Amino acid sequence: MFQGTLIYGFINSVILALLALGFNLTFGISGVANFAYGALYILAAYTAWILLTWLKINYFLSIVLAVLFTSFIGGLIYKFILLRVRGMPISEVIASFGIGLAILEFFRFLGFVGSEYTLPVFIDGSVSLGETYVDIQRLLIVGIGIALVIFLWIFAHYTKTGLAFRGMAQEERTALILGINSDKMATLSLAFGSGLAAVAAITILPLGQVAIEGGYSALLNALAVCIVGGLGSTGGVLVASVLIGYAQTFTATYIGSHWMMIVSLVAILVILVVKPSGLFGKQKELEERI
Amino acid sequence: MKESSFLRVDNLTKQFGGVRAVDTVSFDLKKGEILGVIGPNGSGKTTLVNLITGFVKPDAGKVFYQGKDITGMMPHRIADLGIARAFQMVKPFYQLPAFKNLIIPLFSPRVKRLTGGKYGDRDAIAIDLLEEVGFERDSFVPFKVASVLPHGYLKRMELALCLALRPELIILDELFSGLSMAEVASMLPIIEKLMSENMTIIMIEHRLRELFRISNRVIVLNYGKKIAEGLPKEVMESEEVKKAYLGSETE
Amino acid sequence: MEYRKERIDRGIKARTEDIYALFSYREMLYLFMPRAIPILVLFLVTLLAGAYWQKVLISTAVFALLALSWDLLTAAGMVSLGQALFFGVGAYITGILNHYFKLSPLFTIPIATVGGGVVCTLLLLPVLRLRGIYFAMVTLALPLMLVRIIEATKIFGGTEGLSGLSSLPSIRFELYLGLIAVLAVLFFFRRLINTDYGLVLRGIRDNDRSVMRSGINIYWYKAQALFMASAVGAFAGALMTHVYMFVGMPVFEMDYSILPIASAVVGGMGTFAGSMLGAFILVPLSEALRGVGGLRIVIYGLFLVIFTVALPEGIFHYFQRKYHQFERLVKVEK
Repeated sequence: MFQGTLIYGFINSVILALLALGFNLTFGISGVANFAYGALYILAAYTAWILLTWLKINYFLSIVLAVLFTSFIGGLIYKFILLRVRGMPISEVIASFGIGLAILEFFRFLGFVGSEYTLPVFIDGSVSLGETYVDIQRLLIVGIGIALVIFLWIFAHYTKTGLAFRGMAQEERTALILGINSDKMATLSLAFGSGLAAVAAITILPLGQVAIEGGYSALLNALAVCIVGGLGSTGGVLVASVLIGYAQTFTATYIGSHWMMIVSLVAILVILVVKPSGLFGKQKELEERI
Repeated sequence: MKESSFLRVDNLTKQFGGVRAVDTVSFDLKKGEILGVIGPNGSGKTTLVNLITGFVKPDAGKVFYQGKDITGMMPHRIADLGIARAFQMVKPFYQLPAFKNLIIPLFSPRVKRLTGGKYGDRDAIAIDLLEEVGFERDSFVPFKVASVLPHGYLKRMELALCLALRPELIILDELFSGLSMAEVASMLPIIEKLMSENMTIIMIEHRLRELFRISNRVIVLNYGKKIAEGLPKEVMESEEVKKAYLGSETE
Repeated sequence: MEYRKERIDRGIKARTEDIYALFSYREMLYLFMPRAIPILVLFLVTLLAGAYWQKVLISTAVFALLALSWDLLTAAGMVSLGQALFFGVGAYITGILNHYFKLSPLFTIPIATVGGGVVCTLLLLPVLRLRGIYFAMVTLALPLMLVRIIEATKIFGGTEGLSGLSSLPSIRFELYLGLIAVLAVLFFFRRLINTDYGLVLRGIRDNDRSVMRSGINIYWYKAQALFMASAVGAFAGALMTHVYMFVGMPVFEMDYSILPIASAVVGGMGTFAGSMLGAFILVPLSEALRGVGGLRIVIYGLFLVIFTVALPEGIFHYFQRKYHQFERLVKVEK
């Protein structure tokens, strides 16, 4: 059982990391907390489902289109809504929250509720690691998660856009001077973050059902991981996902699965008391904003 | 051993990422002294002020005020002790009249203590403060909304915000920036009046001519380090200072 | 020939600025009417409304309280995405006191109001030091988390909740209690924000560093504003609990967080009257739109977006501006 918990803990950690990366990335680059994140997550899933089930499009094409579509919507949200309220944090939060809400509840209204809304797994079947059985989908999640982190690292360090992203994240004004268009970058950062949400969605949701509630818990989990790890810090997100992921899994195994969400809450409360800006948080406390 | 220095800054250091904004800066200040802080842009002057006034926590070093260790204290506690600072970028409440902008400091515990627990008529006190910094008393100027006031008046308001605390040490961050020659000339008497009242002042300035007239002593920062200290004349004759300023404007 | 739009205060507004308003009935009426008429209308409606709409009005009052609470927090620079937290905490304290300790509403409501304020302030105290976005995130996360805790630990009634709680004397009583509370909070907050104390709060929102260097502990003031706002929210929860004689997980639902924000955004952020107005528009509207079910929240969401982006001043500000100022086109001198 212990070995199983170790393995599932790791898988859970990767899932949390996958969820949080998109949100964290958008915030790190453009300072926009995308409260429509959960909605975009579910949007990707439903889009893939629609392409797959109604339009009978090939599976791989569907998921690629879903990711692209979601990224596109994310960029649109920034360009037409958030851009107009840039710099006014109250309005930014309300606007992104509002659009996320509208999207999620619109799906609920259209009736996308029920057990038929599932995404198929990539490959069926399971494999045994020692005494534990792990389905291949979960292994794929880990694989994709790790691949994604590596890809993001390479992207951030070796491509022009990636370097621009990092420039923006570190010092926006200097980046502007160097000719990096901050608005365009912010739009891209939202598109990118949404794309990551989409990838997370199509990778993780085959494990269960696609449900509106999933949108809210995705946002919640992403928030929890980012708060604990420190908004804007990729390292923090990774460490936090491992911590929370394992804590959740151990709790589920040895105490009871109802208690899983409480772990996230406790983690948030603990971090707030010990180091409010997060483990690797670069959040300067109020005083240090110069 | 009695501490004779009013303010003692001891090897203050602050690093932001890879940049040492302030690098082991030390100096002593006696009560009633006027200390000028000069240096090229980016030499760490404002960061130094932030470190002293608690807005930024130092990586190393200490600050002693009247013998008391105030290193890393919260800004409002430091202000409460009598250290007032003016900001380089003036950000008043534009939609409020000038005197209303002065109310907030009058709300502080320090002012309450100093006025014996009775605030009195805050509006009247505010207008008095504005008069001290040169707002024409019996005119509409103190009542004008901040957005219509010229820059010179906004700077005076900033100074008044400091004076509202009845401080013992005032730190001015480029008070004269953005002002015309006439405006600077009209503000000098106010500073001179403070000097005559034995106020201790630290002044960061780029306008060296005016600064050298007022200050007793000057320290020069460059890339976070203190490269010179002494009488204004001495400092300007130093080779290192000339090198630091070479290429940048002196007025 | 180019024109620009110019807005000028109306003559009567200028004449009513100071004590001169007392010199003429016309001016006094100008000031008095906008305040008196809505209150009169409100009480007229409460007298004439049937039982169903009375319940709706109570609901409206509750949401108006939450909207006022939100507006105060915003005035002090804190954006709350979780009014449901205050509401739920107040509701549960009331339910617990009533169910387990058999205290009557006379005691449970005041205790829940103050106690709710204390609990919520303590919970959010650590985030007051950080950037505003953290406050928003934590207020969003906490109610949702609390629901899971209750669900998992089954405390305080778990998923069933606590039912069979005491009721209040009559629907009339509930209605008047609610409306009087709304008006009292409205007047209190409005007066507060216009005092010098309110100036400090607004200063904290606009330029907190300046307030800090003026010797004021901004965290203490933020905590005070938080306490006041959460107490009002807790009161709303306490009231609702006794009106429906039930408390359960639904008290932490998003609805209680979203509608107050929508009310404030639609009605006009920053003027407490605007938030109240927003609630009085949106809650009856949503009742009338019961038919469309889930679309309701979609509309709220869209309202949030549209108003935030396109009409940030809100309805109240708009009407206030029209009332106090007139516009005209003025030739631009070349």
